Amino acid sequence: MLNRMEKIKKKKEAWETTTLKKVLERFPERKKRFVTGSWLDVDRLYTPVPQSEEEFIEKIGFPGEYPYTRGVQPTMYRGRLWTMRQYAGFGTAEESNTRYKYLLSQGQTGLSVAFDLPTQIGYDSDDPHSLGEVGKVGVAIDSLKDMEILFDGIPLDKVSTSMTINAPAAVLLAFYIVVAEKQGIPAGQLRGTIQNDILKEYIARGTYIFPPKPSIRLITDIFEYCAQHVPQWNTISISGYHIREAGSTAVQEIAFTLADGVEYVHAALQAGLDVDQFAGRLSFFFNAHNDLFEEIAKFRAARRIWAKLMKDRFGAKDERSRMLRFHTQTGGSTLTAQQPDNNIVRVTIQTLAAVLGGTQSLHTNSRDEALGLPTEEAVRIALRTQQIVAHESGVTNTVDPLAGSYFMESLTDRIEQEVWQYLDRIEQLGGMVNAIEKGYVQKEIQNAAYQYQREVEEGTRIVVGVNQYTLEDEKPDKILRVSPGLREIQIEKLRALRRMRQASRVKRALQKLEQAAHNRNENLMPYILDAARVYATLGEISNVLRHVFGEYQESIVL
Amino acid sequence: MKRLTEKILSGDVRAIARAISWIENDYAQKEQLIDDLYPHCGNAVVWGLTGPPGSGKSTLLNLLIARERMKGKRVAVIAIDPSSPFSGGAILGDRLRMQKHSTDSGVFIRSMASRGHLGGVAGATADAIKVLDAAGFDLIIIETIGVGQTEIEVVEMTDVVLLLLVPGLGDEIQALKAGIMEIGDIFIINKSDKDEAMKTKAEVEYVLSLNDNPRKDRPNPIFMTSAVLNLGIDELSTGIDLYIEELRVNGLIEDKRRKRIAREIRLMITAKIRREVEKQLGLNERIDSWVDQVYRRKRRPYAMINELSDTFFKKNRT
Amino acid sequence: MRRKIRILMAKPGLDGHDRGVKYISRALRDAGYEVIYTGIRQSPEAIAHAAIQEDVDFVGLSLLSGAHNELFPEIVRLIRKYGGESIIVFAGGIIPEKDIPFLKEHGVEAIFTPGASFKEVADFIEQNKRRLSH
Repeated sequence: MLNRMEKIKKKKEAWETTTLKKVLERFPERKKRFVTGSWLDVDRLYTPVPQSEEEFIEKIGFPGEYPYTRGVQPTMYRGRLWTMRQYAGFGTAEESNTRYKYLLSQGQTGLSVAFDLPTQIGYDSDDPHSLGEVGKVGVAIDSLKDMEILFDGIPLDKVSTSMTINAPAAVLLAFYIVVAEKQGIPAGQLRGTIQNDILKEYIARGTYIFPPKPSIRLITDIFEYCAQHVPQWNTISISGYHIREAGSTAVQEIAFTLADGVEYVHAALQAGLDVDQFAGRLSFFFNAHNDLFEEIAKFRAARRIWAKLMKDRFGAKDERSRMLRFHTQTGGSTLTAQQPDNNIVRVTIQTLAAVLGGTQSLHTNSRDEALGLPTEEAVRIALRTQQIVAHESGVTNTVDPLAGSYFMESLTDRIEQEVWQYLDRIEQLGGMVNAIEKGYVQKEIQNAAYQYQREVEEGTRIVVGVNQYTLEDEKPDKILRVSPGLREIQIEKLRALRRMRQASRVKRALQKLEQAAHNRNENLMPYILDAARVYATLGEISNVLRHVFGEYQESIVL
Repeated sequence: MKRLTEKILSGDVRAIARAISWIENDYAQKEQLIDDLYPHCGNAVVWGLTGPPGSGKSTLLNLLIARERMKGKRVAVIAIDPSSPFSGGAILGDRLRMQKHSTDSGVFIRSMASRGHLGGVAGATADAIKVLDAAGFDLIIIETIGVGQTEIEVVEMTDVVLLLLVPGLGDEIQALKAGIMEIGDIFIINKSDKDEAMKTKAEVEYVLSLNDNPRKDRPNPIFMTSAVLNLGIDELSTGIDLYIEELRVNGLIEDKRRKRIAREIRLMITAKIRREVEKQLGLNERIDSWVDQVYRRKRRPYAMINELSDTFFKKNRT
Repeated sequence: MRRKIRILMAKPGLDGHDRGVKYISRALRDAGYEVIYTGIRQSPEAIAHAAIQEDVDFVGLSLLSGAHNELFPEIVRLIRKYGGESIIVFAGGIIPEKDIPFLKEHGVEAIFTPGASFKEVADFIEQNKRRLSH
């Protein structure tokens, strides 16, 4: 083995001094330094590195086995393709319901609900804060009533539903469970995911309500409740997606997301849960950008690091607890408003990255997302992109096809190393909550975002159609518009709801919730479910909790 | 000018804001304006709040404003952040944590960059305090990052200095020994929920005991707060009022204000004369050639400087 | 003494995508301007009051959620109402081409859409600062 390595090394040196040298003298390379999209150095050529059998097993191994570098299932896409899940929702519950039925009829296999911002921040549509925002970036849900309409005619035991909801995740999950009850489906049969990841809201996404402590209590309450009553539900989707959208590097995306994960595991253990009781229901959510190899290596490294963390640090025994399962979305911030058709090509590369990286589900962005809300046609092309990769490209025929590529393995190792450095640093700062409160995490991301943007402006980083290969006159694109009268419609619905429901029961349910919120030992889920059943609104429930928990104030670092 | 003065006296926000801009930009008209306003000054109490970055000043301030508003006081805040030494620009972000008071007509918040002011930002602060005082604010709070000489000068323009500390900053106490300690009247240990908070308090007490404090009989109050958890704010607010009341009773507040005026006069006169000297000598235009001559050893430094200052004095003697 | 240009940067509405506004704030600082940054989820009232109290020359708004037609005109109206006649308002974010004339009619003087460079923002400020009253 070593002998063989020596020979290859010698041969490489010979190649460098003869073949390569001659060419370099006449044709210098385009750049002095080649780097990945996230500034990791890339060598001209990668060659075999010495590796024992033990090292192979430890680092690369086999799919479906620790450390899961090659994937979480032994057969990967030979067994079942990833779930094609397009994040969608806008306007009223009625409009979104129609869109979901359309998507299901087009071969989509799971639903992904986008809520409008007032819903995500726990305001009813008639709250003054909601002005201009009702139904804009997702569907407006004010109460159980809207949720009943949203899933009308969709059998909740047949679909898996992902909900992008964080600060008020407990409330929306409660609405979902009650809708299922009304459809006659027991909670035990429900499958889906709530995002429920508050830490990245403080870091990157901004739809927080409460300060970290009570927010994390809500999260562990959900873990505990679902472990008993909704066992097939993924109780959290720990998200790097938004961290990357905020401008982080690939390494930072993984490092900060896994550090968030570590924080949640700590919190759950502190709340008295056993690691194998909840860890198998943790899932992740990552971004797929354009630097193909870096992205694939990123996913592989993430699986390996999480497996190690769960096994060595938290003593997880159950194999499922050690598996990093993840959803991917293609990178919204990589899309350009200029020449939007080019985005279809970007999304294709990103789809390949996600699939070659072993994703469990995927959302592909629509070509027109830098312009506004996607049109139906654009959403269809995005879904077709996945279907073409799945059925025509052939990349699904074997498991982890890039394993063993000298470059791929080297990059995977390099990313792993850099991520561990961040994890150590965050540990030194006293964990992720402290690191966020100190602004460390935000500052790291901002510096990367700033550098990226500078490079685009200086033209050292080419973005096709933006700073090179631009067009003089671009035709404006068709875009989707949400009817402006939406807020009025929702307000009218709320009025009707308040007339229809029994005010005294609502009041009682909210009072009980408030008492429970004061008592740290109470699990809040049953109280929120009770409030949901009597049609307390999202805003009313959230305001009770705001009153008890207070509100988070962002700490800026610029 | 007269209209601006009247508007300020009537509490017009736009006029107050504009006057502070004049001061910041060092417009010549500011002198007349301040003199016109001066007879109406003297009613406001001025706090200085300082502490290292990350100690939670703005968050605490946000809560203190709410508390003082409940007492019926009109509150103005000047939040000072450093300018970038490279570009001269600044990002002023302290307002963010107090933004919920933005719509309260009884609160005025102004962000100020330290800039490269002649006379220093301390001079500008002193003038801004006069504008706000004349405009009828009962309480004026000056917030700075307590790291350098400039910031110390700024908070010395106030009646009472609140020094904010947090546990676990490590070098904290070293910094205290280095001199910031002397300017503090009231000490606040923020983030009191942190484990090491009591230890920090003990350290502060120890360092204070080393001080040759002329008022040993009247120890500096130390308060424990948690701005994030909203703890200890009532006690702090009451404590500051008591402290100031005590200063008043003992006549010490008069001492302080006289000292403040003395500082101001020194600062202003030095700045004014310096500016005149620079102007008459054409310092900014000629400095490069002087540097060149001294660098190439064509001239001796003292000989050159004396020659220049002699020219100046001769010219101004007549 | 050279007068400093002061710029208020704010995010009205509820979206938390502050990558762009933070980038522009930082770039403005590095170009020598004084930037007052007020953070996310700012109400039109809070932005208008801040603009007056800070006596800024420009107000930069960033919004990605699509609520611009409701919020931007309201902010301009309130700034004028509280006496900021000469404050110049510009904006950035995901704003469809079609909405731009409407926003301009309502006092938003420049709109920077995705892909716009900092240089365009800086040029706008340089070209317009001469109009400032004091």
